[in-house]
Amino acid sequence: MTPFLWFLFGGGGMVSALLLPVHVLLFGLAFPLGWFEAPSYESLHGLVTHPVTRLYLFVLIFLPLFHAAHRFLYTVCDLLQVHGSRRTPIAVVCYGAALLGTAVAAYTLLTIA
Amino acid sequence: MSNPSQAPTVDLKLYRRPMPFGWWLENGAYFRFIARELTCIFVGLFTVLTLELVQAVGRGPAPYAAFMARLEGSAYIAFSLLAFAAVLYHAVTWFNLVPTTVVVRLGGERVPDGLIAAAHFAAWAVASLVVAFIVLRG
Repeated sequence: MTPFLWFLFGGGGMVSALLLPVHVLLFGLAFPLGWFEAPSYESLHGLVTHPVTRLYLFVLIFLPLFHAAHRFLYTVCDLLQVHGSRRTPIAVVCYGAALLGTAVAAYTLLTIA
Repeated sequence: MSNPSQAPTVDLKLYRRPMPFGWWLENGAYFRFIARELTCIFVGLFTVLTLELVQAVGRGPAPYAAFMARLEGSAYIAFSLLAFAAVLYHAVTWFNLVPTTVVVRLGGERVPDGLIAAAHFAAWAVASLVVAFIVLRG
C-alpha cells in the first residue's frame, strides 16, 4: 500500500507542476480580472464533454488530490510531531478525502451531458 | 510467519528528541521545506475548485455564469494569488528535484542533472501553452 501511495504522490506532483499553474492563472486570475474574456458556456461545455477532455480532467483532479493528501499527512505529522500508529486516523481522513473527491470527479465526468 | 510488509506498522518504542513547536522557524532551510510541503494545501483546494467548475458547466449556462462571477470576489482573487504563488513554488521545486529521483542514462553516460531539470521546465512551458491555447480558442 505504501509504495502505491508514494506512486500517486509522485504522479500527482508531476501533474500538479506541469498543469496547475496555467489553470490557476487562467481561471483564478486572467478571467476574473478581465485580462482575457472567459470562454463562453457553449465552447467550454463542448470542451468539457469531449471524451479526451473528460479523461484529462479526471487525471487533473484525481492525481493532485492524492498528491495533496499524502503531502499534507506527512507535513502535519512532522509539524505536530505525530509518530507511529497515532498517524493512522490522520491518514484515514487525508486519503479518505482524496478518495471521496476522486469518486465525485469520476461520477461528475461520467454523467455530465 | 508474518508478512514483512506489515512490519513497519509495529509501534517501536524509539526515543524521539522532543522538538519545540516552532522547530521549522529555526532556520531558512527548515522554513523553505515546510513552505514547499504546504503548497499541497493550495494544490488540493484548487483541484476542488476545478471540480466545482466542471459541475457548474454540467448544470447549465446560469450556474456556469454564477460560478465565474463568484471567482471575481476579492476573497477568491486573494486565494488565487496565493494559490498561483504556491503552485509556481511547487512546480519549480518539483522540477529541480526530479534529477535526484530520476537517473537517465544515454549510451552509457549519465544525463546531467541540469539537462533533466531543463527538459521538465521546457515540458512545463509547452503544456501550459497548449492548455492556454485550447481554453482561449473559445
